[in-house]
Amino acid sequence: MITAMTSLTILGAILGLILGVAARVFRVEGNALVGELLDILPGSQCGQCGFPGCAGAAQALADGSAPVTLCPPGGRAVAIALAARLGVEADVSGVKDAVPMIAEVREELCIGCTRCFKVCPTDAIMGAAQQIHAVFREACTACGKCEAVCPTESVTLVPVSVTLHGWYWPKPV
Amino acid sequence: MKLFKLRGGVHPQGRKELASERAIRVLPMPDRLFIPLQQHVGAPAQPLVKVGDHVLKGQLIAASQGFISAPVHASTSGRIVAIGDYAAAHSSGLAAPTVTIASDGDDRWLETDSPSDPFSLSPEEIAARVGAAGIVGLGGATFPSAVKLSLSRKNNVRTLIINGGECEPYITCDDRLMRERASDIIEGVRLIRHAVGAVDVMVGIEENKPAALLAMRAAASGTEVKVIAVPAMYPMGWDKQMIRALTGCEVPADGRSADIGVLVHNVATAYAVHEAVRFGRPLVSRLVTVSGGAVAEPGNLVVPIGTLVETLFQYCGGFSEKPARLVLGGPMMGSELFSAAVPVVKGTSGVLALTAREIGSTQAAPCIRCSSCVRACPVGLLPLEMAAHIRAGNSNAAVSRGLKDCIACGCCSFVCPSHIPLVHYFNFAKGELMEQERGKLKLEATKKLADERMARTQRIEREREAAAAKRKAAREAKEAAAKLTQTITEAA
Repeated sequence: MITAMTSLTILGAILGLILGVAARVFRVEGNALVGELLDILPGSQCGQCGFPGCAGAAQALADGSAPVTLCPPGGRAVAIALAARLGVEADVSGVKDAVPMIAEVREELCIGCTRCFKVCPTDAIMGAAQQIHAVFREACTACGKCEAVCPTESVTLVPVSVTLHGWYWPKPV
Repeated sequence: MKLFKLRGGVHPQGRKELASERAIRVLPMPDRLFIPLQQHVGAPAQPLVKVGDHVLKGQLIAASQGFISAPVHASTSGRIVAIGDYAAAHSSGLAAPTVTIASDGDDRWLETDSPSDPFSLSPEEIAARVGAAGIVGLGGATFPSAVKLSLSRKNNVRTLIINGGECEPYITCDDRLMRERASDIIEGVRLIRHAVGAVDVMVGIEENKPAALLAMRAAASGTEVKVIAVPAMYPMGWDKQMIRALTGCEVPADGRSADIGVLVHNVATAYAVHEAVRFGRPLVSRLVTVSGGAVAEPGNLVVPIGTLVETLFQYCGGFSEKPARLVLGGPMMGSELFSAAVPVVKGTSGVLALTAREIGSTQAAPCIRCSSCVRACPVGLLPLEMAAHIRAGNSNAAVSRGLKDCIACGCCSFVCPSHIPLVHYFNFAKGELMEQERGKLKLEATKKLADERMARTQRIEREREAAAAKRKAAREAKEAAAKLTQTITEAA
């Protein structure tokens, strides 16, 4: 009885020690590519790509299990940057130009609950309790988190209207 | 004087005689003026007036913002009736922030101080007055002139070139201005020279404008200004082409003319400088060519900024036949207008109403690789290659072949026997690349915001935990103290 307990304890201690040392010596420094891809992604953790946050998406991209065009808020610019980093050909012309969107608060419906303000990953919503909220257009990535939590459907994503500044000729047919 | 050899270029039919032989007429003041806040390259001007305010002609209604910007002035006296979006003179038909003035009919100028001798002013003072007058490059580029003046002084510009090229077919406003206001232009040129401290001053005028050459030579005799005839070809009015013809120097691909010690201004800009510095009058009107086969009485008009294009056509006798296309600017580089109810701005050199006969067929056919476009390109690019890449959706390859040096002059499209809309491809690709660039900048900015927010939420979380731990420790200490007191009391 004593012999069995002692030998098992010693065995456990030795094996545990080996495992502990191995964990330190043979530690793998994550996939460096994942970090680089993460730098390219918007970092708003919106989950529109279907992965849990940008880290999950970067992992999937590194594995090759997700296309470079997975990020709707990043749009075409991100798709091109990802394709360049991964060295893959991507047909970005067709994929994006899902119209660029932007969040907009309909003031007559806003009840000042601050829910959207709390979830916005880029601090693009200004507001306080009982105050009508507003969106900073230049900070909004159209991740859609605010739209999902709004209890009155006051915040909605709308297509970005073309301005004189951003307009250009369409491609000749 | 010896002129230098030029690259590329085309010789389109001038058709300038339609408007060039009629003296300048002054357009009667319209009832309403629609003055856009952005008529220049750079940041839009910030309005200073409210709806209901009464303004005088030449009064500042919107101030410049930032380094590259220009102020906007009231083109007549009257009441501000609206500040808001109004259709802009642009092919997109989109609206832009605009101040609307209802004229009171008096056309009364704001009293301004004007120096008795403008040449006694310091160069900085001249640049400041030019900036305050809202003068921008009137050749079409609309770059704020004061910025050019002060930068040129910093860069030690030695040569001042005044561009009287006006190579666009139909457009004759600079021609007419040189014929009728030559001495004012020469004084403006001398003021610019004084402001930048240039040594050589040359006015380059295309040799197809003999009357303008004669008038300018007469006005310039006895001054340090040299008036030189340059060959009539398109795009002679491109500033870099003019520099090459007169000095033999080529401006580097990514550079500006100041890099080789040259400053270029348009003749109309020189005239505006004269008006601003001599009389203290801001840029509130300009000469506009109204021409085209469909216009009954083509000509050149002095037009208050903000006048609707349709008013110009009406004043010129309306249309003799139904125009097939309205064009803002010249036929080579101008843009198609889909409505004539848009205002004339500082950069509007002409408005054309062209007949179907004049615009011809535009059915595109495949490229036959004749390389006519390569020979015509004044920049030395390969338009056929660039267009092929853009058509295949590879704009970046076009950039590596010099897309960013393309000046969209239209020579390639003009000579193409297959009628391929080459410049249209280049404009599309430039717009697309600019949009990508904007997307990238925005992404960088939002990423920074997201990171900052992440750091902040983590910090708040940490602080909350620390505060909770502190409270817990305090509570435990208090309990321990209470226990101790109790024990002591019990013991006592």
